[in-house]
Amino acid sequence: MHELSIVLSIVDAAEEQARKHGAAAVERIDLEIGALAGIEPDALAFAWEAGLPGTILANAERHIHYIPGRARCMDCGCQFDVQQLYEACPQCGNYFTDLLQGRELKIKSLTLTTAEEVIS
Amino acid sequence: MCSTCGCNQPSDAVTITLIGEEQTTREQQGFSLDMQGDDPQPTRHFHPGHGRRHAAHHHHHLHGHTHGHHHHLHSHDDHDHGHDHHHGKTVVELEQDILQKNNLLAERNRGFFEARNVLALNLVSSPGSGKTSLLERTLAALKGELECFVIEGDQQTSNDANRIAATGAPVVQINTGKGCHLDSDMVNQAVKKLRPSESSLLFIENVGNLVCPSLFDLGEGARVVIISVTEGDDKPIKYPDMFFSSDLCIINKIDLLPYVQFDMEKAKDYARRVNHHLEFIELSATSGQGMEQWLDWLKRKRGEMNA
Ligand SMILES: Nc1nc2c(ncn2[C@@H]2O[C@H](COP(=O)(O)OP(=O)(O)OP(=O)(O)O)[C@@H](O)[C@H]2O)c(=O)[nH]1
Ligand SMILES: [Mg+2]
Ligand SMILES: [Zn+2]
Ligand SMILES: [Zn+2]
Repeated sequence: MHELSIVLSIVDAAEEQARKHGAAAVERIDLEIGALAGIEPDALAFAWEAGLPGTILANAERHIHYIPGRARCMDCGCQFDVQQLYEACPQCGNYFTDLLQGRELKIKSLTLTTAEEVIS
Repeated sequence: MCSTCGCNQPSDAVTITLIGEEQTTREQQGFSLDMQGDDPQPTRHFHPGHGRRHAAHHHHHLHGHTHGHHHHLHSHDDHDHGHDHHHGKTVVELEQDILQKNNLLAERNRGFFEARNVLALNLVSSPGSGKTSLLERTLAALKGELECFVIEGDQQTSNDANRIAATGAPVVQINTGKGCHLDSDMVNQAVKKLRPSESSLLFIENVGNLVCPSLFDLGEGARVVIISVTEGDDKPIKYPDMFFSSDLCIINKIDLLPYVQFDMEKAKDYARRVNHHLEFIELSATSGQGMEQWLDWLKRKRGEMNA
């Protein structure tokens, strides 16, 4: 279950940002996860429930943007979508391909709630 | 107790033990991974396995502020009020790798290894593919020729570290508790205990698991994935991540080839589909067949470091 490590790393980063900006809570977090990054969406959701209570992300809305896998054939140069790390080029059947995207594991943005006291 | 902030570690916490510590702790002064001195905040608050406790402890007070959202609504006609709570919103466009902390510390480990001319190898495989057996044989073969150090990663027990210690090589056991992989912080701490000497070889045997360790850079110079012929020739496409991120694939237990269904070419072909940069070595840690190729590979990699 490395998804729990992933969630705890996210919590760490969110807390660092909250501290930096003097934020009271995180309202929303946007993640970018590649379809070939080795993260199971179900396991991530499960780890999210397990890892969050009591942290700054406890009430944050989670938005996950999945990035589809995309590769380029080293032979014919064509680009194509991939579901796996071992797909052949649809043009020439070649397996010598380079992955262009799909391994992302990123915190895109955080929406922080900052509580300021305003004299009225 | 956690040495950084004094909180209680859970019972499944990570432990890092230098085997035979009594005899070896003495020369410890003057050895530091932080010798570049360019990082004012080293590994504080990055304790694998109990990050959540820190979170819970340190941020109670932050939650206190979320009350009272609507105080100002029913106080509008009551102008003697001192102040309102306004809740501002800040969007931070972070664009930061989730594993940034692990990756940064891995880079520091890597810098240390390079500066010290240490070839660090991350050995990954399913449980029981023969990592420890291969190490035992390798250490025996290199004795007197190349100085070797070992970090053993297992969830429980020091069995593997004891096997390594029996060969005479200095070894640190990391027990990850429930953790299914090593991370760069554990390796950083283990290296501080192990103190590999200049121009040595450092073998890091990861937790037996073909999935999770693939995501965690330890700062190694090369990653070696080991499969054995008893595991089936379709392993590379069943668990592609590990093959994708490795530099060398060792196919172990070839002494058992006559007894199992294992198509060597098919296994390699599958692995190449995932990663066409992958090199292969077939061997048997038991019979010793193929060991020469592996030892040559090690020496070649070491040589490349000096270049
Ligand atoms: N026949 C044969 N057996 C082997 C070979 N290499 C290892 N074994 C056996 O495989 C079993 C597991 O070997 P280990 O070296 O402990 O494997 P490991 O990868 O370190 O295992 P974990 O640390 O538990 O993941 C032992 O019974 C070894 O004797 C080999 O080349 N041939
Ligand atoms: Mg072992
Ligand atoms: Zn895992
Ligand atoms: Zn093509």
